[in-house]
Amino acid sequence: MNKEKEPLFSAKNLKLLREPLNDSNPITVQVLGICSALAITVQLKPAIVMALSVAFVMAVANVVISLLRKSIPPRIRIIVQLVVIASLVILVDQILKAFLFEISKQLSVFVGLIITNCIIMGRLEAFALANKPWPSFLDGLGNAAGYGVILIIVAFFRELLGSGTILDYQVIPQGVYNFGYENNGLMILPPMALIVVGIIIWIQRSRNKKLIESN
Amino acid sequence: MNSLRKFVDKIKPQFEKGGKFEKLQSTFEAFETFLFVPNTVTTKGAHIRDANDMKRTMIMVVLALVPSLLFGMWNIGLQHFHATGQEGGTILELFWIGFKAVFPIIVVSYVTGLAIEFAFAQIRGHEVNEGFLVSGILIPLVLPVDIPLWMVALATAFAVVIGKEVFGGTGMNVFNPALTARAFLFFAYPSYMTGNAVWTHGMSAGEGIIDSYTGATPLAEAAAGNIDNLPSVAEMFFGTIPGSIGETSTLAVLIGAALLLFTGIGSARIMISTFIGGLVMGLLLNIFAVNPFMEIPAWEHLMLGGFAFGAVFMATDPVSAAQTPKGKIIYGFLIGFLAILIRVINPAYPEGVMLAILLMNVFAPLIDHYVVQANMKKRMKRAKVSA
Repeated sequence: MNKEKEPLFSAKNLKLLREPLNDSNPITVQVLGICSALAITVQLKPAIVMALSVAFVMAVANVVISLLRKSIPPRIRIIVQLVVIASLVILVDQILKAFLFEISKQLSVFVGLIITNCIIMGRLEAFALANKPWPSFLDGLGNAAGYGVILIIVAFFRELLGSGTILDYQVIPQGVYNFGYENNGLMILPPMALIVVGIIIWIQRSRNKKLIESN
Repeated sequence: MNSLRKFVDKIKPQFEKGGKFEKLQSTFEAFETFLFVPNTVTTKGAHIRDANDMKRTMIMVVLALVPSLLFGMWNIGLQHFHATGQEGGTILELFWIGFKAVFPIIVVSYVTGLAIEFAFAQIRGHEVNEGFLVSGILIPLVLPVDIPLWMVALATAFAVVIGKEVFGGTGMNVFNPALTARAFLFFAYPSYMTGNAVWTHGMSAGEGIIDSYTGATPLAEAAAGNIDNLPSVAEMFFGTIPGSIGETSTLAVLIGAALLLFTGIGSARIMISTFIGGLVMGLLLNIFAVNPFMEIPAWEHLMLGGFAFGAVFMATDPVSAAQTPKGKIIYGFLIGFLAILIRVINPAYPEGVMLAILLMNVFAPLIDHYVVQANMKKRMKRAKVSA
């Protein structure tokens, strides 16, 4: 057993962080976690809180499952993963209720629904069960960032065009409204989130040649 | 004509491969075929021999829309006179008011839509498609007259890009582009698309409007339960009522329908089955009527709101409708059926026709699939028996 110790931020580990941001983005490429991306992106603030919550749950769950990976019997691994995720989500939920009550109310059931976020389960199954804690941690963070970035971009445009504000701060001046401008009511409705995600996928695919399928 | 042909031929080499304006080839091609029937001849493969190409087809639809458009302009003037309490006014005077209000909307719709179409054709190296010739006139006709022009431009851009180009352009779209534009405005800017004030020119500005004029469309009155305020059958048939620019006159729509059917461009199956579907739902509602709106005679529903307009010009869109003969009947019937259902049961959406057609657009491929499968099954059975 004469294995060389891998540096903490080796090229391979960095790739774990970087890939989910573009080439294997959980939302725009793997098309996972769409449900929450549509539901909580009306305003920017809840979207940011949601992204951070998911990042916390995903990174910690990845580490825990990675530590336990040799002692989890394969036949009951799903339920073990669920227990870990659920405990973490309850933790997040309680913290949000205690310190960010308003936002917690806006997010409503979607905090609880982090448990069912397929990105988290997917990473546990696909990565944490077969890798050491440190790479698992990076993988969790990377995927959470890939998820969060899309969430924040969508929420930014929906809040800007739907309510004329950014983080509840009025950015479209009153003069523009006097000129006849109106907030776009469709932006507040969930279908528009789907269309915005679609446009992001469109732009991403036309710029990233790796993602263009040959047919 | 001859000098025009000569001019086109003279500048043509510049747009061909290696020419100065090679990049604008599709733009040039679009204008050339718009002016002259192209002289390219199909030599290989099975094809239909017909003098009618897509540009000619589209122009026929635009012609069929002209009665609705002209009547709509006159009606805008008429409603404006009603609202401001003025009497009389010659036909031309009324028409001029409407023309001034509607013409900018048409220009904005065409300029925005065609600019995007040309840009996409240029980028993708396609030919410019003719689809927008019809959409560009349909969009103004289904909007209220006082809609701000920037909203028209935005909705047109949305309809062309999200409703059409992302699916691959004309002929590939799932939804009817004109209705996509209307649905976009309906949900994005409801205060400009619903209510009583938007349907009459000058009413939302509120100048010189007399108190007794409400501007409510017959559908709004019916939804509010004021059945006594409904205009007479003749008024609804001829269309001297408030409403979207081109939808009010059932008569003008029927003239257009006759032209479409005569030239074989519109599908008679869809039109007729849509009307039957509406009639059946109307009768069903009559049987189970619990409020005055449900008691309206079924045939009156066919003249209310945009039902006739939607059935003749929107449902028959050859791209987004069902393709199989049986499928067309099912598709049309369900449009009529759902349109009346949405209109009567859900007061938040008085214009159920738009939603019904968009919904059935989604289901059209499914309907076709099952019609084709059923036919295959039938033929398989026959093959077994004879074997």
